[in-house]
Amino acid sequence: MTLEDIIKETKTYYCLECGKCSSLCPISRHNPSYSPRLMLEKALTGFEGDLINDQELFSCLTCYNCSLKCPADVDYPLFMQKVRTLAFAQGRYGVPADSGILQSFMRLMLNPAIEQRRLEWLSDEYRISEKGNILFFVGCAPYFEFAFEDFEAGALNIAKDSLKILNTLGIEPMVLADEKCCGHDLLWTGDVESFRKLAEHNARIIKESGAKKIIFSCPEGYRTFKFDYPHYVDLDCELQHITEFLAENMGKGMLDFKEVKKKVTYQDPCRLGRHLGVYEQPRKLIEAIPGIELIEMEHTRDESICCGTSAWTNCDAYSKQIRTERLLEAKATGAEMLITACPKCQIHFRCAMVSKGEEKGPDVEMDVMDIVNLVASALEDNGSE
Amino acid sequence: MRNETQVKKSGFEPKILAFCCNWCSYAGADLAGTSRIQYAPNVRVIRVMCSGRIDPTFILRAFQVGVDGVLILGCHPGDCHYIDGNYKTARRIHMLKKMLSQLGIEDDRLRLDWVSAAEGKRFASIINDMTERIRALGPFVR
Repeated sequence: MTLEDIIKETKTYYCLECGKCSSLCPISRHNPSYSPRLMLEKALTGFEGDLINDQELFSCLTCYNCSLKCPADVDYPLFMQKVRTLAFAQGRYGVPADSGILQSFMRLMLNPAIEQRRLEWLSDEYRISEKGNILFFVGCAPYFEFAFEDFEAGALNIAKDSLKILNTLGIEPMVLADEKCCGHDLLWTGDVESFRKLAEHNARIIKESGAKKIIFSCPEGYRTFKFDYPHYVDLDCELQHITEFLAENMGKGMLDFKEVKKKVTYQDPCRLGRHLGVYEQPRKLIEAIPGIELIEMEHTRDESICCGTSAWTNCDAYSKQIRTERLLEAKATGAEMLITACPKCQIHFRCAMVSKGEEKGPDVEMDVMDIVNLVASALEDNGSE
Repeated sequence: MRNETQVKKSGFEPKILAFCCNWCSYAGADLAGTSRIQYAPNVRVIRVMCSGRIDPTFILRAFQVGVDGVLILGCHPGDCHYIDGNYKTARRIHMLKKMLSQLGIEDDRLRLDWVSAAEGKRFASIINDMTERIRALGPFVR
């Protein structure tokens, strides 16, 4: 694919140069050397080399804040994704966070001889079935659990609680031991070839399992399966995020919530919100728990601010500023707890709270919890009654 | 892990990558050499200033490009030239081992040990022991 094709596909030539994107961009607000408008202009005026070698090319969060407000409907995040493919082909891949340990794991998974033991956390507590219609896609949780052990990101608890909730609903989903990374991060950093291999692997084993419906607890996996896999593999399954699934099944009276007295606020993950348009279901779910008061932040729903890094790339001081700002906004609501629906949001926010060195920023300490954990904690004890 | 590898195993010579810290383990390796201690030729040594310099990514990269086992050697706890570099390494390797086990990579393929500058013999015996373990495991096929 050439730059010209990319411009056509993402409708970049419609750009009015109004600069709305740059004024809305969470990165641009903190990092003066990054501007979406400038990126587009470089592409449109033929400075392909400048664009590909731009050190900020991998800074974009692909959070879709710009695109939703663009009067010309330019798909800027998609433009970024495709231009990064060009850049990757020339050996550029941004600055990987944590010196690339997570990317290394994703690429190690490409090795066909790898036989993962990613389900060792599954105890008898959780009921799963060998064959069935519903599949629960665990995602990277087992890896995140150990990579971010230091600040107790609890990624695995999300997977555990998801299974617990599904069991409460009488569903015993399949869980695949050999599922691999969905490829989201590699795709968004331009490594299409590796992405294709991961997608083909996942599509193959899901087909073999005979699943009709896949439930995700991670919005990134959901997005990737829904929008990106169809371009590479043929997978005919119904896809749902766990909040959508629960909101749908709430009326059946099987979810018997006990009271949780808490003021909470909700962070819309960019993948679940702006990418997939799931705004109502998580809120419906939170509000269904008696005693919970949901207070919205200043920027919410489609104006919600991203957690500061995407695809484990270019995580820098600006990312931390974005997180700090977002956490302060959450605290300003008076809520005791920040609820999110993406394991990465939680990891990023918790990381921002761990103050490093002597420079102490504003106090951003706050409870962060995944919506799945909240729902599971509200269901607790009820089973024994 | 791999059936085909069982077949190949007979003619298999493990490739082991050893990261040695400049102040203790690398000097220990030197001592093993100058003392003419014989040890398995399967190891390639990379010298780093401190075992704390070794990023988990280096180790993963080694596996990615087809190394069969990775050995990390540093100063004994408390002896680090930079005071606490080896403690940091120990924490990192601990974390990495947990992650590698999720991938199904055998525990023996990554080993952290301490060798001081006076322990040429110990260096040689660690290399021999590691080589035998990896030989028993078979190659880490790509």
